[in-house]
Amino acid sequence: MKAFTTHKGIVAPMDRANIDTDMIIPKQFLKSIKRSGFGPNLFDELRYTDLGLPDADNSARPLNKDFILNRAPYNKSSVLLARENFGCGSSREHAPWALEDFGFRVVIAPSFADIFFNNCFKNALLPIVLSEAIVDDLFKDVAAVEGLELTVDLENQKIIKSDGSEIAFEVDAFRKHCLLNGLDDIGLTLQDEGAIKSYEEQRKQQAPWLFRA
Amino acid sequence: MAGFTLYDKLWAQHVVKEREDGTALIYIDRQLLHEVTSPQAFEGLRLAGRKLWSVPANLATPDHNVPTTLTERQAGIEGIEDPVSRIQVQTLDDNCDEFGVEEFKMNDVRQGIVHVVGPEQGATLPGMTVVCGDSHTATHGAFAALAHGIGTSEVEHVMATQCLIQRKMKNLLIKVEGELGQAITGKDVVLHVIGVIGTAGGNGYAMEFGGSAIRSMSMEGRMTMCNMAIEAGARVGMVAFDRITQDYVQGRPFAPTQDQWEGAVSNWANLVSDDDAVFDKVVEVNAADIIPQVTWGTSPEMVTTIDGFVPKVEDGVTDEHKEAIQRAHKYMGFEGGEAITDIQLDRVFIGSCTNSRIEDLRAAAAVAKGGKVANTLKQALVVPGSGLVKAQAEAEGLHTIFTDAGFEWREPGCSMCLAMNADKLGSGEHCASTSNRNFEGRQGYGGRTHLVSPAMAAAAAIAGHFVDVRHFNLEGGAK
Repeated sequence: MKAFTTHKGIVAPMDRANIDTDMIIPKQFLKSIKRSGFGPNLFDELRYTDLGLPDADNSARPLNKDFILNRAPYNKSSVLLARENFGCGSSREHAPWALEDFGFRVVIAPSFADIFFNNCFKNALLPIVLSEAIVDDLFKDVAAVEGLELTVDLENQKIIKSDGSEIAFEVDAFRKHCLLNGLDDIGLTLQDEGAIKSYEEQRKQQAPWLFRA
Repeated sequence: MAGFTLYDKLWAQHVVKEREDGTALIYIDRQLLHEVTSPQAFEGLRLAGRKLWSVPANLATPDHNVPTTLTERQAGIEGIEDPVSRIQVQTLDDNCDEFGVEEFKMNDVRQGIVHVVGPEQGATLPGMTVVCGDSHTATHGAFAALAHGIGTSEVEHVMATQCLIQRKMKNLLIKVEGELGQAITGKDVVLHVIGVIGTAGGNGYAMEFGGSAIRSMSMEGRMTMCNMAIEAGARVGMVAFDRITQDYVQGRPFAPTQDQWEGAVSNWANLVSDDDAVFDKVVEVNAADIIPQVTWGTSPEMVTTIDGFVPKVEDGVTDEHKEAIQRAHKYMGFEGGEAITDIQLDRVFIGSCTNSRIEDLRAAAAVAKGGKVANTLKQALVVPGSGLVKAQAEAEGLHTIFTDAGFEWREPGCSMCLAMNADKLGSGEHCASTSNRNFEGRQGYGGRTHLVSPAMAAAAAIAGHFVDVRHFNLEGGAK
C-alpha cells in the first residue's frame, strides 16, 4: 500500500446523505477480477446518462453535465465532501478502489458506514469524520470558492484551510501508523504467528468440533 | 459486576491478542467465499507467496453471477452467456482447486447463495466467528455466532492469518415483545425496526434481536432478521442460542459428530446475554403493532405499512429529509400521497439471501396456490436459495404450485437481488422483491424496488399490485 502523509487537493461537494456503495460503483463492474481500473465507472449512474457496461469505451459515453465530477475543476478533485452515513450498503471494496482509482485520497463526512470506513484504510484512502456543523461550514466554504483546496496533514491530524485556519480530526492510532508508513497489515499480523498458534491449540481442546480434518 | 451480553462473550472467546491501542486480533473460525470478492484476495496471496492459514476453515460456492435458467446451467460454466461473469465463476473454481478449498461448484446440488448454504450445511455453528466478503454475512448471527461482512483486503488477511484486527463494537438490543400477528414474518419485523432506527441507527453497534417474539421465531425467520441488520447500519446481527438453534443444527453435514455433540451443546448453552447484561442502547418494539411492511423509496428506511401512503415532501422532518423524499419520488416515479395498494407492479422477485429458504417458499406457495399471476406483470420469478432448498421444494410439490400460477421456477443463485446475472429490472419498472436493498439501480438500471415478505410478494404477483396478505385469501385470492 502507498503511504499517506499529507495531501493537498480540490474538494468536490456531494451534498447528500446515505451515498451507498451501489451508487459509488454499480454491481456490473464488480465482475472484474482485478483491483484497478474502476475510476472511470465511479458514480457511474450519476456521471453518465446511459447504462454503463464493464467493457464499454467510457470516453465515448454521454456525460451528465450537471454532475460535479464532470465539471472542471472538480474533475481533478481528490477530496470528497459528503453527508452522513457515506458508504452504506455492501462490503464491496470496489467502492474505495473506485474512489482511489479516480484520484480521491480523502473523504470527509459526519459519519461513515462501518465496513466502508474499514475498507478505506486498506487502500490509502483517508476517511475523516467531522461534526455536522463543521461539515456544514465546509459545504458553505466550497460553495463560496470555486475549486477550493484543502490540505490534510495526517501526522498532525489536522485539515488546513487556505486562510491558514485548522480543523483537528481523530484517527485510530494503529490505522494512522499503517497509513503513514504504507504498511501491509498481513505482514504485521504474522509477527504474532506464535500467539495465533497457541490460541488455536487451546481452542482445539475447548471446541474440537470447530476444526475439521 | 454487570453480566455479559452475547456479543461480549463471543468477542472474549475469540481474542488472540489485545493491542495497546484498543484493537484486538480476533480469531476467525469460518470464512465463506464467493466469486465476486475473492479473486483479488487469492491473487494477493499468490503474489506474496503466502498460503492459506487453515484450508478447512474456508468453504466456497459461486452465487452472485450464476445464471438461473436451466438451459444456461445445464451447459456448465461454458454455458454462462455473459463472458465477464463466466471468467469470474471460472476463476473461483481455479482458485479453489489451486489452494485446495472445498467448493460447491455451480452445478453441485449443495451450491447456492453463500448465506443459505453455510447454515444449511452446518458450516455455520453457534459460538463461531464467521466472515465473508459480503455484507449480508450478518445472517449467520442467527446461530449465536459473531458474523459480519468484510472487504477483500480483509478476506486476504483472514486467508493468510485466520485473524482480523478489530475494535470492539457497542451493544444494541432490539427487543421484540409479544406475539406477531397472522402472516407477519421476520421480514416485516426487521423492516419495521429499520423504519424506526434508520439505516444508520446501528452504525458502530453489534445488534442482538431478543424478546419473546424472537424466542418463538424459527431459525429461518431469525436468519432473515439478522440478514438485514446491515440495512440498519449494524455489521453484526445476532440471536441467542436456544433449543430452536440446537434442533436446526443437529445432523447437518458439518455439525459436530455424535461423540462431540453433547460437549458442543453444553458449551453453546452459555451463548445468551446474561439477565443483568448492560446494553449501550435498547430499542423496544411491540410485536402486536407490526403489520405487513412495504418500502416505497430508495433506502430500506423508506418503509411504510400496507395500509399506508407514499409520504409527501412536506412530511419530511428536516430540510435534508425533505430533499431525500423528493429525490426518491423522482427516482420511483411518485408524487407523494399514493396509496401503497395502488402501486402497480411490473415484476415480482421471490429469492435472495434474505428470503429464499424453504419456509419462505412455503409461505409464498400457500398464497399463490390456485391463483394466477396477473396478466399486467411481465415476470414473476421464484429463485430458491440453494440446490437443496430447490430439491426440498420440489419434493413438496411447491414448484408445481408456482408454475401452475405462472411463476418461473429457477436454479439457485443471487439472481435479481442485485442483477449481476441476466435477471434484472428494466428502467422504470416496479418490482415487489423479497430481497434486502431498494437502492437506486440495485435490481437493474432505473429499476424501482419495493421490499416485502415472500407472502406479500406472492399476493402482489396475483393481484398485480400490493395487497394486504392478511385479508388476501378471505377476499377470494386471485381477484
